[in-house]
Amino acid sequence: MTSYATPAHGHDGHAHHDSGEQKVLGFWFYLMTDCILFATAFASYAVLFRNTAGGVSGKDIFELPYVLVETAALLLSSITYGFAMIAGQQGRRTDVLAWLAVTFLFGAAFIGLELNEFHHLIVEGNGPGASAFLSAFFGLVGLHGLHVTAGLLWMAVMMFEVIKTGLTGRALTRLNCLSLFWHFLDIVWICVFTVVYLKGVL
Amino acid sequence: MLLGKLTLDAVPYHEPIIMATMSGVGLIGLVLVALITRYGKWGYLWKEWLTSVDHKKIGVMYIAVALVMLLRGFADALMMRGQLAIATGGHLGVLPPEHYDQIFTAHGVIMIIFMAMPFMTGLMNIVVPLQIGARDVAFPFLNSLSFWLLTSAAGLVMMSLFVGNFARTGWVAYPPLSELSFSPDVGVDYYIWALQISGLGTTLTAINFLVTVLKMRAPGMKLMQMPIFTWTCTWANVLIVTSFPILTGALAMLSLDRYLGFHFFTAEAGGNAMMYLNLFWAWGHPEVYILVLPAFGIFSEVVSTFTGKRLFGYKSMVYASGAISILGFMVWLHHFFTMGSGANVNAFFGIATMVIAVPTGVKLFNWLFTLFRGRLRFEPPILWTLGFMVTFTIGGMTGVLLAVPGADFLLHNSLFLIAHFHNTIIGGAVFGYLAGFSFWFPKVFGFKLNPRWGKAAFWFWQVGFYFAFMPLYVLGFLGMTRRLNHTDNPAWTPWLYLACVGALLIACGIACQLVQLYVSVRDRKQLADPTGDPWNGHTLEWSTSSPAPFYNYAKLPAVHDIDAFTDMKEKGVAYVVPTSYEPIHMPKNTAVGIAIGAFTTALGFAMIWHIWWLAVAGLIGIIGSMLTRAFDDDLDYYVQPNEVEAIERERFERMGIDVDAYSEREPARKPSSGVKPATLV
Repeated sequence: MTSYATPAHGHDGHAHHDSGEQKVLGFWFYLMTDCILFATAFASYAVLFRNTAGGVSGKDIFELPYVLVETAALLLSSITYGFAMIAGQQGRRTDVLAWLAVTFLFGAAFIGLELNEFHHLIVEGNGPGASAFLSAFFGLVGLHGLHVTAGLLWMAVMMFEVIKTGLTGRALTRLNCLSLFWHFLDIVWICVFTVVYLKGVL
Repeated sequence: MLLGKLTLDAVPYHEPIIMATMSGVGLIGLVLVALITRYGKWGYLWKEWLTSVDHKKIGVMYIAVALVMLLRGFADALMMRGQLAIATGGHLGVLPPEHYDQIFTAHGVIMIIFMAMPFMTGLMNIVVPLQIGARDVAFPFLNSLSFWLLTSAAGLVMMSLFVGNFARTGWVAYPPLSELSFSPDVGVDYYIWALQISGLGTTLTAINFLVTVLKMRAPGMKLMQMPIFTWTCTWANVLIVTSFPILTGALAMLSLDRYLGFHFFTAEAGGNAMMYLNLFWAWGHPEVYILVLPAFGIFSEVVSTFTGKRLFGYKSMVYASGAISILGFMVWLHHFFTMGSGANVNAFFGIATMVIAVPTGVKLFNWLFTLFRGRLRFEPPILWTLGFMVTFTIGGMTGVLLAVPGADFLLHNSLFLIAHFHNTIIGGAVFGYLAGFSFWFPKVFGFKLNPRWGKAAFWFWQVGFYFAFMPLYVLGFLGMTRRLNHTDNPAWTPWLYLACVGALLIACGIACQLVQLYVSVRDRKQLADPTGDPWNGHTLEWSTSSPAPFYNYAKLPAVHDIDAFTDMKEKGVAYVVPTSYEPIHMPKNTAVGIAIGAFTTALGFAMIWHIWWLAVAGLIGIIGSMLTRAFDDDLDYYVQPNEVEAIERERFERMGIDVDAYSEREPARKPSSGVKPATLV
C-alpha cells in the first residue's frame, strides 16, 4: 500500500513492503480460502438437503422466475464492474465512479431480493429452524449474501476513496482486489443457482 | 438486559482450586505491572514490542504466549494425572467430574491451538524471512494483526477459567453433546469463539508467509534452493489455507445451531452430527501435519548443522513433505472408523493412512544418512533430534497399528490412542520446537542458552515422556477408555501411578528450562555469540549478526546454493565489508493490530455472554480500526545509509574485523573466534 505513495524512492526495489503485485497475490490466496469455506457450505447442503423433517422441500418453496431476476442483477453487476475497471485503467475517474454506482445498485437490488425471499420463508414458518434442509439452505445462501453485503460496504469505501484521493496506484490495486472478490462471488452464485435452485425444482 | 447472561454467579467462588489460581495469576499480574512501572518500561514495551511489525519481535511474542500457555496446559495435565493416580479403587479423587471435564477439554485446546500453533508460528516468524534473505514478511501489519488475534483468543480461554466455565465436551466438541440442549452454558461458546478468532489469525499468517516465500526471496534463490525449514513451513502454510476454512465453516454451523436454532448437527429435525465429525477432522488431520512438518524442518536443519554435512536428500525431503501434505487430506475418516461407513470405505482410509508412513520413512532415512559418518556435536538441539528419531518412530508404528480398522475398533477411544498421539505430538512437534528454540535462541537474543541445563531438561523430558505415556499404551490394551474421572480396576492402578511419575519428571524438565532461561540471561556475557554464527550454520540466517539488526541484512545476500551461507564461507565471501550502503525501506510500527485485538476480545466476550450492545461496539471498533489503517498514508520510512553503516561497523568491530582496512574487493578474513567452514560431501 505504500510503494505507490512514494514511487520516487526506487533505491531498493526488492524489499518493498505491501506492493500492489504482492497484495493481489495475497488476495488470491484469501479467495482460495474463501472458496474452501463455500465448499464446506455446499458440502453441508449436499448432505442435508433431503432432510426436510416432514416439512417443505426445494420444490415447494423455490420460484425460479424470482431467482432469475436475482441472478440477472448479480451477473449484470459483474459486467458493470468490468466497465469500472476498464475506466480505471484508462484513468477516467468520473466513469469509474458512475460504473461503481451502477454496480452498487445492482448488488443492492440482489441483496434486497434475497432478503425479501428470506423474509417470506420465515413468515410462512419455513425459517432455518424448521428443518436441516432449511438450515443448510439459509446457511449457504446466507453466507453468499453476507459476502455480497461486505462487498457492497467495500465498494462504498472505494467510491469514497476515489472521490477523495483520485485513481492512485493504491486505489487501483484495491479496486483490482474488489474486482476479483466480486467476480468470485458471481461464480459462487452460479453454483448456488445450479445446485440449490435448479436442482431443487427438478 | 445490559450484561446478557453474565451475572456475579459466573465467578466460581465455591471452587477453591480456581480461586487460588485466580489469586495467583492476579498476584503475578500485579507484580509484573508494578515492576514495569517501577522501571519505567511501559513506553519501551509499547513502542518496541506491542506495536512492533518486526517479524522477529512478533515471533518472540508468539513464543512467549506459547510458553505461558504451555505452563497452563501442563498444569491441567498434572491435575489430570494426579486425579487419576488418587482416584483408584473406589476413591473419587479431588476433582469433581464437572470440573475434570473442563480440564481435559482445556488441556487439549490449549496444547494444540494455543501452545503448539503459536510456538510453530513464532519460530516460522523469526526464521523464515531471515532464511530467504528478506527484510520482513510480505505484509508486516497483517502479521502483527495475526498475532493479536491469537492473543485475543488465548485471553478468552484464560477468562473462561475465572468467568463462567469452559466446554466439557473434549477438545473436539462433538455434537449433539456440544449443542445447546446438552451444553446450555457458555463453555462451548468460549470454545467456539476462541477457535474462530485464533483460526482467523492462523489463516492470515499462512497467506502472509506464502506470499513472502513466493515474492521476497533473496536474489538468485530458486524455490528448490530454499532452506528445508522454510520449505516445510511453506507446506504447512499450504495446509493451513486449505484446511482452516473447513474448521471455520464447521464452527460457524455449530454457532448457528446454538445461537439461532439451526439444525446442522442437532439430534432432531434432520440434523446430522456425523457431518460435524467429518468436517472437524477434514481440518483436524491436516492440522497435525501443520504442527509436525515445521518440526521435521527443524530436525533437518539441526542434523545437517551439527554433523557439519549437507542434508542428505534435500529434494526428496521437499517432495516427501509435499506427499505428506497431500496424503494428510485423504485420511480424516480414520478418526471415526467406528462410525460405520462400511468395510470398503474403512479399508480405503486405513490404507491411505498407512501410506503416509512411506514419505515419513523417507525423511527418517534421510536424517539417518545425514548422521552417517558425520561428526556429531552433542549440543542440546541434536539431543532433541535424536530423542525425536527414536520416540517418533514408536509413535508412527502405533499409528500404523491404529490405521488397521479392525484393531481400531478395539482401541478406539482407549488410552492407547491417547498414548499414540502424545507420542507423535510431543515426540515429534514439541521436541522439534524445543530443538528449534535452543538452536535459534542465539540468533534472536545474541547469546546461547546454557547447555548443561538444556541437556538436563532434555533428559527429564525424554525419560518422563516414556514413563508418562508407555503405561498408557498398556492401559489401552487393558481396556481403559479415555476421559475417565475415577477408576476401580486394581490391574490399572500401578500403571496410573507410573504415568503420574512420568508427568512429574516432565515437570522437572520444564523447571530445568525455566532455570536454564534464568541462568543464561545471567551469564549472557560468557554465552555471547559475537560472530552471528554460533553453530557453524549452513543457511542465510547465520550470515547476519546475532541479534539480527531490525532490517535483517544491510545488503541483500546473493544466493547460489541450497546451503547459501556455507557456499559463501567456502568462497571466502561470508564477511564482506561493503564500501557503501543504500537506504533501506522499512514499515513503521502501528497500534492498529493491538487495537483490533482488543476490539475482537470485546466482540468474542460479548457474543459468548449475549451482550449484544458490546458485540456491536466491538464490531464497529474493528471496522473503524481497519478503515483508519486503510486511509493512513504514513506507513513506512527509509533507514538512512549512515545509520546502517554505524550498526554494521559496530558488528564488524565486535567480530574483530577492521572495517577501514577492507573494501568490497578484499573479502575480510574469518573472524578469529569463528569455526572452520563445514565440509560438504
